Amino acid sequence: MWDGIERRFRVAAPAVDFCSLRLVEERDEQLSVRRGVAQPPSTSFDVGAMVTVFDDGGMGYAATSDLTLSGLRRAAERACDWARAMRERGLVDPAALVRPPRSGDYAVPVRRPWGAVPLGDKIELLRRQNERLKQHTSIEDWEAGLWYGERETLLLRADGGRLRQRHAFVLPTLSASANEGADTQTRTFGGHAQCRQGGLEVLEETGFLEAPERVGAEAVELLAAANSPSGTRDLLLAPDQMILQIHESIGHPLELDRILGDERNYAGRSFVTLDMFGSYRYGSGLLNVTFDPTRPGELASYAFDDEGEPATREEIIRAGVLLRPLGGLSSQVRAGLPGVANARASSWNRPPIDRMANLNLEPGTATLDEMIGAVERGIYMKTNCSWSIDDSRNKFQFGCEWARLIEDGRLTAVVKNPNYRGISATFWRGLKAVGRADTMEVLGTPYCGKGEPNQAIAVGHASPACLFDAADVFGGA
Amino acid sequence: MESYFHDVTDALASLLRADEIYLANFHGEQSDFVRFNHGRVRQAGTVETRTLSVDLVRGRRHAAGSTSLAGDSEMDGARVARLVESLREQCAVVPEDPHLLYATEPCSSTRRVESRLLAGRDVVEEIHGGARGRDLVGIYAAGGVYCGFANSFGQRNWYANGSFNLDWSFVHSADKAVATSYAGFEWSHEAFHRKIESALAQLEIASQPPRTVEPGRYRVYLAPAALADFLALLGWGGFGLRAHRSKTTPLLRMREEGLRLHPEVCLVENARDGLAPDFQEEGFRRPDQVSLIDAGAYRDCLASPRSAAEYGVPTNGACASEMPQSLDFASGGIPLDRVLGVLDKGIYVGNVWYLNYSDRAACRTTGMTRFATFWVENGEMLAPLNVMRFDETLYRMLGENLIGLTDGREWILDASTYSQRSTASTRLPGALVEDFTLTL
Repeated sequence: MWDGIERRFRVAAPAVDFCSLRLVEERDEQLSVRRGVAQPPSTSFDVGAMVTVFDDGGMGYAATSDLTLSGLRRAAERACDWARAMRERGLVDPAALVRPPRSGDYAVPVRRPWGAVPLGDKIELLRRQNERLKQHTSIEDWEAGLWYGERETLLLRADGGRLRQRHAFVLPTLSASANEGADTQTRTFGGHAQCRQGGLEVLEETGFLEAPERVGAEAVELLAAANSPSGTRDLLLAPDQMILQIHESIGHPLELDRILGDERNYAGRSFVTLDMFGSYRYGSGLLNVTFDPTRPGELASYAFDDEGEPATREEIIRAGVLLRPLGGLSSQVRAGLPGVANARASSWNRPPIDRMANLNLEPGTATLDEMIGAVERGIYMKTNCSWSIDDSRNKFQFGCEWARLIEDGRLTAVVKNPNYRGISATFWRGLKAVGRADTMEVLGTPYCGKGEPNQAIAVGHASPACLFDAADVFGGA
Repeated sequence: MESYFHDVTDALASLLRADEIYLANFHGEQSDFVRFNHGRVRQAGTVETRTLSVDLVRGRRHAAGSTSLAGDSEMDGARVARLVESLREQCAVVPEDPHLLYATEPCSSTRRVESRLLAGRDVVEEIHGGARGRDLVGIYAAGGVYCGFANSFGQRNWYANGSFNLDWSFVHSADKAVATSYAGFEWSHEAFHRKIESALAQLEIASQPPRTVEPGRYRVYLAPAALADFLALLGWGGFGLRAHRSKTTPLLRMREEGLRLHPEVCLVENARDGLAPDFQEEGFRRPDQVSLIDAGAYRDCLASPRSAAEYGVPTNGACASEMPQSLDFASGGIPLDRVLGVLDKGIYVGNVWYLNYSDRAACRTTGMTRFATFWVENGEMLAPLNVMRFDETLYRMLGENLIGLTDGREWILDASTYSQRSTASTRLPGALVEDFTLTL
């Protein structure tokens, strides 16, 4: 089919300044067992293509699932119609966006293919995992799940480029909700963020197989716990909360299309402005952040973005100083700044926009015990369950599933409903210790939402545990 | 699309064996998307999709799968055959499903919402011209949305809606902006320009020097668009049978402690007057109305067939997510055109943003003010407010601290376009609330 569509595209491509075709074929399989009952397996197959045209100052696209020659011809005609309609009314001069065509091939390494284990065995694994979650009669709802996805993309240009990439990922999930009267506490396996590229080896790598008893027991433990206290405390965040902190208050504000205003009607703008790059102190000297689509296994690793730019690791923040925005080629041209290869689309039927891909906080030198030992009055929070931040990505409030107080250098009582709030522009300057590599976890989520039309896309974050100075902490109602 | 759907389901039916049953759902879309920034076109294009979902049932065993369709009978025939073969293989392996429930009494229906939409070139002209050099940012989405259902019992349902939704903001500077939407089925140049003039009047106030207030408790008016965002968050588990029986609902205290909201609060899932299809994935028809909260007391849940089977109650045709599709919030007694006077001194909240729970079991919600939020004194909007974080429980906001609801309501068509253009809608008033808590 791939050869056939390549031939058909080259026949259908109109005589214009630039024409490309981005074909995406996706296969997904979702399995789960809830309250001891296997849910019906759900599979999906989705294939389609987007034709993009630049011509005489205008640009347009048309996406279709009709991959016949006539279907591609119709799509090309529609893309040309849009290019004509927006000529002289466009925001970007498309001529500035054309780069020499490239060719390449990339595949995510998979050690244990999803298909190597029969469906019945996978359901049986989930049945056992589900059973192990039910640690107490107070657990009212408990579920174990697996989501496997494959994505194959082909990016063709009428002037000769050909890029092919194959991705696969696995997302294992566990959740247990314990109830007593008007209180319900839920514990999950990493906030449904234990998502990585690869095959079934992800189950061992993430600790999924060992986790059910702990997840269930901690949900029950939270029921008996006191509410998180309110007040100013040092804040130690586990990696499964750090990824949310990085995502919302570093990743999104540094997306260049937001800074350029594209998202102001939907996902929002940014408190960061173009003049800050190269000089702005984003955080303490311990803060080092990289854009790294080359890290094996992390959820948003790739060799080329969806506009065909080669993906490389780049420093975004070094020793607390902001260096580079997260912007793909068209944003770079508009802003006059270097960026990264992060123009990505969630599907064949959505155009590429700036996404954060893999955005990681680099490890420091502190052990977890050293960070706990350094705190006189603090709190250690794990696993994000609530997130909210203003449309400039500044005033935030985040909540976690589980926390323990830190008193005089020791972990003490477990507390429930832990929340904290702060302001991005100052919060990272309070970063006072960064965990070393053995505290680091590689996580990711397939649900980052943005864009008009809306797009939900996979992003990866790797982070060690981190300690922040004097945060505003509070508990439940 | 309709005849093609019937052709495909006929082909599907011909592939089945005597002991197999199918439930088929179709989703299609022919949409124009034009994205604007700074009054100019950022991206423009067309998206055409067709997806067939099949639940293949053999006895109590079943498996579900979907495939995109090309619209080409030869190509699609092969895809559907592969899908059926794959589902058949899965059915041989999966255990029996005690919660399987599907409609067996045929209940066919057809609904077509007629429309007159602008051609793409005219859209660009109209909106670019309407911006008149101002900083307009947002999206125009328009075209056909199609849903179909068919099953082995001869039931056929079809829904087609041609609509447009221009969801945009005029920006004064930084985050000082006014958000507006113009949605419907027939584009009117005059109606569009009335929307522009109304937004520009608010933008004039948004351009005044902003005011910052200290955290504390304030008298606020939540405009319908703001109240709609609270209800959208509540829709995730607030009304679903599964969330209620598993005690994960944010309305847990209504269920467990009998808490009530203000007597003016009446919420209905109103399929009759909403835009969404009147059938769901297993072929059940949605009843005209399901009372969710009546006079402040919790009434019924949205029960999908699966949850209904699990918990032993009748289904009321809810979709699998058990989220409202056509929520209807009853009006109150505050005259809409005098709401600023009744507010007198406080905050007019035009929009809120990024809501989430700070304590789910207590239905305590946090979020931000956004766009047209103004400081009001003596019944007049004086200045835009710098964004503030709120943190408040539903029981206070729509319970003891609710002063009243407006007599006029807005019908808000969901502008969401994740995966496909939404057909959800909400009709609701504005709410005047005392002691609304701002925290940051």
